[in-house]
Amino acid sequence: MISARGLRKAFGEFEAVRGIDLDVRRGEAFGFLGPNGAGKSSTMRMVAAVSPPTDGELRILGMDPAVDGPAIRGRIGVCPQADTLDSELNVRDNLVIYARYFGIGRAEARARADELLELVNLTEKAKAKVDDLSGGMKRRLTIARSLVNRPELLLLDEPTTGLDPQARHLLWDQLFRLKSSGVTLVITTHYMDEAEQLCDRLVVMDGGVIAAEGSPAALIAEHSSREVAEVRFGSADTAADAVNPHERYAEQLADLGDRVEVLPDRLLVYAADGDTVLEGVHARGLHPVATLVRRSTLEDVFLRLTGRTLVD
Amino acid sequence: MSATTPTDRLTVAPLTSVQATLLLVERNAITYRGAWKLFLTGFLEPVFYLFSIGIGVGALIESFTYHGQEVPYAEFVAPGMLAASAFNGALLDSCFNFFFKFKHQRLYDSVLATPMVTDDVARGEVIWGQLRGGSYSAAFLLVMLVMGYLSSWWALLALPAALLIGFAFSAAAMAWTTWFTSWQDFEKVTLVQVPLFLFSATFFPVTAYDGVLRWVVECTPLYRGVVLCRELCTGNVGVESAISVVYLLAMGGIGLAIVGRRLDRLLLT
Ligand SMILES: Nc1ncnc2c1ncn2[C@@H]1O[C@H](COP(=O)(O)OP(=O)(O)O)[C@@H](O)[C@H]1O
Ligand SMILES: [Mg+2]
Repeated sequence: MISARGLRKAFGEFEAVRGIDLDVRRGEAFGFLGPNGAGKSSTMRMVAAVSPPTDGELRILGMDPAVDGPAIRGRIGVCPQADTLDSELNVRDNLVIYARYFGIGRAEARARADELLELVNLTEKAKAKVDDLSGGMKRRLTIARSLVNRPELLLLDEPTTGLDPQARHLLWDQLFRLKSSGVTLVITTHYMDEAEQLCDRLVVMDGGVIAAEGSPAALIAEHSSREVAEVRFGSADTAADAVNPHERYAEQLADLGDRVEVLPDRLLVYAADGDTVLEGVHARGLHPVATLVRRSTLEDVFLRLTGRTLVD
Repeated sequence: MSATTPTDRLTVAPLTSVQATLLLVERNAITYRGAWKLFLTGFLEPVFYLFSIGIGVGALIESFTYHGQEVPYAEFVAPGMLAASAFNGALLDSCFNFFFKFKHQRLYDSVLATPMVTDDVARGEVIWGQLRGGSYSAAFLLVMLVMGYLSSWWALLALPAALLIGFAFSAAAMAWTTWFTSWQDFEKVTLVQVPLFLFSATFFPVTAYDGVLRWVVECTPLYRGVVLCRELCTGNVGVESAISVVYLLAMGGIGLAIVGRRLDRLLLT
């Protein structure tokens, strides 16, 4: 569906995307996971055929966006990061006229609009002004709009940012059903749970390059341990130190796990068995104020690859 | 959730340029549903001018020789009002409304994510402007007819001429607006609009000027529009009319091309 080789995007001197290779296959859900500024949206806009690549090769549905932009755009659905709804039209007309832009006939466009309003639970708001909708409702309308042309490929740039947890889960469910019906999904997010839930395969993006690629499980297996022991120490006894007290504890605990990561407020000890780590901590006479054992997540993969957390 | 499978994908023929252009017009028409008060203001503006200046000032002027004909002042000035209202309307619509949609509402960001292209947007907006402007002009021409200010069958062509003026100024103004960054920039529009309106031989014959000044006035676009309308309404059509038509067509065409290019550059980044 999408294939890119050495894809680059520069804005003046600044390179937002610095040579990435991608292959998205029909029917899969593909994710871009990365912090703000990683170049996810820049990549998505190139794939949506609204932003010409600075360099590299890009094929979408087998076509070149520089040549067949309208044909590509006619077959994909796009939910941009920022809602771009038509504030001069009411909710329903937003969908109707958008369908018309794809060359869909009037009657069909109206039917499609009503169907989609139903889908995103906005039927009661059909006549409302866009500006009167809540943030979450606007997001849902934008997502509905991206489906007006029954796309084969759906591009969703941070679809759930700004949605409440309930709406997020509802959307995940809907996306899952779209995927089951054969629509290829490309999703960007900085929520690791979203990436883990939705994506068959994903790339971790940072600073305009791809840091790792694979299924969520494979990425975790490859770049992290099975479990993580989180240990937090009190800071009262180290008030004189300017350095993070956890730095000192990290040295003492280094041999308990495969790897120790120091965060401002806690230590992460990566090991196959987190409980064994905690036993070791206590055996050394250390008394953390809080402990937690959990499974490794994509966040840990990201931390490992970039030394930073995803959402800061 | 309806089953959206690849097999029941909508099969629609690719949009032609004409269809795509009209879709933008359709979108604008929906936003105007029920906004007929706006129509009234656009129509009344030239009528007010006609009654105040044409008839009011005209009462002070005994007789008037134009192209060797005696014409009442109101009859002389009315075609100027027709041209000037097409000009004012185009400028207003293209600068303010286009800027609002382009920079504030960011309407075209979403439009261009569909099979529509920037040239469709440029053409659609200009045509929409002419639909509005054209209806004002037609109404005003009707007033002129009723008042007995039309003395030639050529006047039938005054409506297309008014549309041509609107087209030229809409396209040029839209092109200019793409360089605007804030509402402050609109002071520049006034700075251009008022002198053009006052000095384009709208209210008096260009023979009032001498030498270089006259030459400059004759080269300005609104002057070409004013004399074109006047020539048609009074039946004094000649080579000069053809020059005006070519001039305005070229201005609109160039403006339109610039709008398309600028939207490409600014939106498809
Ligand atoms: N139109 C633009 N002009 C200049 N810089 C841009 C533009 N769009 C994005 N950038 C820059 O490119 C970088 C990547 O942005 P983006 O692709 O939006 O990242 P993400 O979606 O991963 O947060 C950021 O540093 C951003 O400031
Ligand atoms: Mg982004």
